[in-house]
Amino acid sequence: MELFTNQVLAGIATGAIYACMALAVVMIYQAIDHLNFAQGEMAMFSTFISWQLMQWGVPYWAAFIITLAFSFVAGIAIERILFKPLAKAPVLTNVAGFIALFAIINSSAGLIWDFTIKQYPTPFGSAPFLGSQLISTHQAGMIGVTVLLLLGLYFFFQYTRIGLAMRAAASVPESARLVGINTSWMIALGWGMATAIGSIAGMLIAPVVFLEPNMMGGVLIYGFAAAVLGGLTSPFGAVVGGFLVGIFENLAGTYIPGVGNELKLPIALALIISVLVVKPAGLFGRHIVKRV
Amino acid sequence: MTTLLNVKDLRAYYGQVQALHGLSFSLNEGSLTTLLGANGAGKTTTLRAICNMVRSTGGIEFDGKPLNNKSTESIVRFGIAHVPQGRGTFTTMTVEENLQLGAITRKDSAGIVSDIERMYAHFPVLKQRHTQQAGTLSGGEQQMLAVARALMLRPRLMLLDEPSFGLAPLVVRDLFSILGKINREDKVSILVVEQNAQLALELADQAYVIETGRIVMSGNAKDIANNEEIRKSYLGY
Repeated sequence: MELFTNQVLAGIATGAIYACMALAVVMIYQAIDHLNFAQGEMAMFSTFISWQLMQWGVPYWAAFIITLAFSFVAGIAIERILFKPLAKAPVLTNVAGFIALFAIINSSAGLIWDFTIKQYPTPFGSAPFLGSQLISTHQAGMIGVTVLLLLGLYFFFQYTRIGLAMRAAASVPESARLVGINTSWMIALGWGMATAIGSIAGMLIAPVVFLEPNMMGGVLIYGFAAAVLGGLTSPFGAVVGGFLVGIFENLAGTYIPGVGNELKLPIALALIISVLVVKPAGLFGRHIVKRV
Repeated sequence: MTTLLNVKDLRAYYGQVQALHGLSFSLNEGSLTTLLGANGAGKTTTLRAICNMVRSTGGIEFDGKPLNNKSTESIVRFGIAHVPQGRGTFTTMTVEENLQLGAITRKDSAGIVSDIERMYAHFPVLKQRHTQQAGTLSGGEQQMLAVARALMLRPRLMLLDEPSFGLAPLVVRDLFSILGKINREDKVSILVVEQNAQLALELADQAYVIETGRIVMSGNAKDIANNEEIRKSYLGY
């Protein structure tokens, strides 16, 4: 039983990271109808920035905040420079754009910081949390930061005018323009926020997976699995999907014989395919109620 | 009476296809003007061209200021509220959020709150349903919501595209009487595009008839309604 509880709690901790990645993916998907394949690489690059800052002697939380700001601005810049011109281009052109972005960021990180694996600090430590062997303080910290982030985002989208405007721009762009919303900038803002959210995921998971240019590959696949499971049109679903995938991954690795660590990733892919076959809209994908 | 909207030699294009062929008309401050015409005559295109939602050339002046080459969202800030065909409801959001979106360019939060209450007084059904997802409203209710959303801008000019479309005759009567009231009491100038010519002419003071992208007839709404020849040849009733 203790093994089970332990695995579920650890699953929730990594699930928090998948939830962040899934949320970032869904936010961009809502805004421009494309999956951002480079989301993980963007998060990785941000994590390197924070690492570099710490190497230069900046304290952890200051580096964290600076990295958030950097990621927000970088996300907006990427949208303005690369994807705004592609807004009316065919799907495949956009896919090519994302792959190019992936490759460029991955190689640049390798060029600047090389491909050797680096230690990444945690501000929470890795002692047992509250004296319990079930979960470490870093895992508890991952969950805590994610919950704070999600609450913040909820209030932002539900109770601020700019949040309302962003939702409007994503749901019916033409009507949004007709009430005076600059939808183009709302998309850019969405990119900035998604990139910042991704950077949080990167900085939280880096002590676990270690820092290197390919660190987010697996995480992003789980993030996609979470987004598909929850429904690509539902930010709430993406978050729930993230936690479910995290728990599922750990339990499968522990209890299904032969799965182990090596086969965890194929399980995420199998999950994506099963959801797409059985329930393409995902668990919380929006069924739009419409009367004509 | 001062001219609020002045459209001169308006030509609009969908790709290579020209939809408006040099259309000119004007609208006086405080008036309720209607654009009539058959399917495909260019009524909707005219409204879309005013808000720069379709490529066009020619002069569009609002209160003496040119609107050409302004983006759709900045034209809203002149005080022009456009209720598009199909109502443009934010179906996944609540009724109240739809109303707030109508006022998204305004900064006076106290005024917005009191205006929402004013809309609920105009349209009591919206108050009953203010927390409901807007997509669940009936067609008539959604049209009321669309008009209320447009009024939340405190517009000087409201553009309405086929407000009667798909609504039961009784609902249309209701809606049109509210539009008349808004025009008289709130001093909002209205430009309404309609296929239901009979009803629109009862409501409006000025009327223009469009055929294949050109104005073919203009005048006082009463005169046009009383002229049997025009009615038969252009309006089909």
